[in-house]
Amino acid sequence: MPHLPRTRHRTSSSKPGRGRTHRRTTAVAAVSALALTALAACGTSSSDDGDSDGDSGGNADAAAPLDPGTKVTLTIDCMPPAAEKAELKQWKEDVAAFNKKYPNVTIEGKQTDPCLEPPRFTAMLKAKSQPDVFYTYFTDLQQVLDNDGAQDISAYVNDKSVPALKDMDPNVLNVLKKDGKTYGLPFSNYTMGLLVNRKLFEKAGLDPNSPPTTWEGVRSAAKKIAALGDGVAGFGEYSAGNNGGWHFTATTYGLGGDIVSKDGTKAAFNNDTGKQIVDNLKAMRWDDDSMGKTQLLKWGDLQKQMAADKLGMFLAAPDDITYMVQNLGAKYEDFGMGPIPGQQATLFGGNDYMIKKGSSPDQIKAAIAWINFKFLTVGKGQFDWARTKADGLPVGLPQPNFWTGDSKAKDDKARAASSTMPVENFQAFTEKPVTGKAEPPKAQEVYKVLDTLMSAVLTNKDADADKLLKTAEQQVNQVLANQ
Amino acid sequence: MTSPPALSENKTRPSPRTDSRVRRPERDAFMAAFKRNLTAHAFLIGALLCFSIFSWYPMVREFILAFQKTENGETVWAGWSNLTYIFNDPAFWQAWRNTLLFTGLALLLGFAVPFAVALVLNEFRHGRGYLRLLVYLPVMLPPVASVLLFKYFYDPGYGLFNRILESVGLPGQAWLQDTDTAMISVVIAATWMNMGGATLIYLAALQSIPGELYEAAELDGAGILRRIWHVTIPQTRLILSLMLLLQIIATMQVFVEPFLLTGGAGPEGATLTVVHLIYQYAFTFNNYGSAAALGLVLLVLLAGFSAAYVRLSRAGSED
Repeated sequence: MPHLPRTRHRTSSSKPGRGRTHRRTTAVAAVSALALTALAACGTSSSDDGDSDGDSGGNADAAAPLDPGTKVTLTIDCMPPAAEKAELKQWKEDVAAFNKKYPNVTIEGKQTDPCLEPPRFTAMLKAKSQPDVFYTYFTDLQQVLDNDGAQDISAYVNDKSVPALKDMDPNVLNVLKKDGKTYGLPFSNYTMGLLVNRKLFEKAGLDPNSPPTTWEGVRSAAKKIAALGDGVAGFGEYSAGNNGGWHFTATTYGLGGDIVSKDGTKAAFNNDTGKQIVDNLKAMRWDDDSMGKTQLLKWGDLQKQMAADKLGMFLAAPDDITYMVQNLGAKYEDFGMGPIPGQQATLFGGNDYMIKKGSSPDQIKAAIAWINFKFLTVGKGQFDWARTKADGLPVGLPQPNFWTGDSKAKDDKARAASSTMPVENFQAFTEKPVTGKAEPPKAQEVYKVLDTLMSAVLTNKDADADKLLKTAEQQVNQVLANQ
Repeated sequence: MTSPPALSENKTRPSPRTDSRVRRPERDAFMAAFKRNLTAHAFLIGALLCFSIFSWYPMVREFILAFQKTENGETVWAGWSNLTYIFNDPAFWQAWRNTLLFTGLALLLGFAVPFAVALVLNEFRHGRGYLRLLVYLPVMLPPVASVLLFKYFYDPGYGLFNRILESVGLPGQAWLQDTDTAMISVVIAATWMNMGGATLIYLAALQSIPGELYEAAELDGAGILRRIWHVTIPQTRLILSLMLLLQIIATMQVFVEPFLLTGGAGPEGATLTVVHLIYQYAFTFNNYGSAAALGLVLLVLLAGFSAAYVRLSRAGSED
């Protein structure tokens, strides 16, 4: 406890013998100064190292592919943890295969589970302690750039270093660009849809192959599912940890609305669309009692309810199913997906790899070669579906889905051939893809404001929709004005 | 000390020999004392280094960060803009209101309940050891486990508390999901989790009160309440006031309980606290400048409070 020593020190200074106390104070100050100097020195050397890396030799022709004889070491985020045996085995196989072509590139994987935790990630960027190749969410670009954390790799990314580049969804590539410069390459992506529990749908007399596509339909289905009783909720929604704001955004996009104006300076949700969302949630929660009593839920809570067959529907990405199967003992065949209600647009997100600022040209080339081999080549690495099936891992989820053109055709075929789950359960989601839309600027700060709105609607029967939307609008305007 | 004439000679005409003769005994004494306490100094260096690296340096760094801004890789001096930002954030005032409410309620419950429990325990002649263990047990549980236990108790659907209420014909409550009851629910959980330590400290203080004082009070015809008021409280005043200070400092920094019970903000921000807002600024919004500025405001307030408290208690002890 830091308070007690402070009190004791104060007592000792009031005693006779000021000279001794003074010497003690001087000694303390000297040691503190030494410690501060040492820390400052550590900080300086780390930053110096980074700079010198950037200036170090290597092949200066950025557009040229990596020379197979190049000797370089890379540290890389998100190597599967030991508990994920099959995934780790695949990682090691891929490193061995990669090293056949590039025998002098040493891949040092860093096991982190989960791959990214926002507090750890933020601290890592501040300390500039990220690996040479580090994992980020699509929404992290501005944060990374604010911390001067990523290398501009525009000159290195071309159809030679990433042959399938032309077949990659331009929307996905664009979120990794700022002012025309590329800072990352995708790992995976998702678009949001309506996840349904097929067992509960059938029990309630609903068709699980045709999930509702409008909010009226969702409300009606939720009522029927909740009528099953035994603590079953028809529809679930988040309202804590900023997740409520995230889902309000997804719902708004689905109905063709927006969260901020096109120029990004004003809130754009205090309108009929916003009111429709709030009123519909309020009606489901309080009039129909179809959303369960437990609220203030955040990511992980709804998945638990659905895996336990206590929840009929919620907005989700396909990998929520993987989480429920791998972590909560659920079965793939019990779930299905439909498009987001409204279908005007859907929120998309994902994750990617960036390369640490200050990496040498050879490190950058080696990193791109590895990312291309492991994550961006149809039939190899993460897209080797036959191997994934053989290793007992799931195949068939519509994620990642960033391919277009020939690559998409090839990947879809390979995925279907090795599918380990009834892919027809996701047909409603995949057959009419909804246009993806990126998250708003200052996403987390905006979500914090909208979280309050969501928690009010779901916990306060008398919540005033107009007042809530107006207050949220004012606060989001303030957030945007503070950019 | 040297004699005045010698000192005056030194001042007018410095002489290295005279100077060294004058200073040597003092330096020798210092060196002798230093050598004598060498082991103690060696131990001290470790502690000083730890405090320097993990407490004092972060404090200095926080102070600097509060006046800086990092954008597009450049850190620049931001003047008062971080403070302006936090004062303009509507969540700032809400977080302070909530924190003060939590502190007030936590003092009401967290200060009075452990003292009352200690008074009761002190009266037991048998099984005191078991009871002490029972009271201290929640402190030994990992905080996360305790909080999750309460999260289950409070659940409006299947929670224990509503089951109990319903079994006696009372309506279930929304507990953490109602703006009116969310904060008190958090306080109850926090008090249960943390009261063990305070109870043991109060119990130790109570046991140090000489029995004769109670006997004298009894002979004078004092009942239980008067004995507590005129004997127990004056005799434990020092420990009570110290615990009050520590508890205020600790409760103003509440984070874990609301973070786990309500996701931090709670219904309509009813359990958003200052430290959670600092956490959000730093780790959700990547706005370290504002986080540091808010941390500084909290530090100044707590330091001011502590200083005022020390001054008041000194004045009280001199009276």
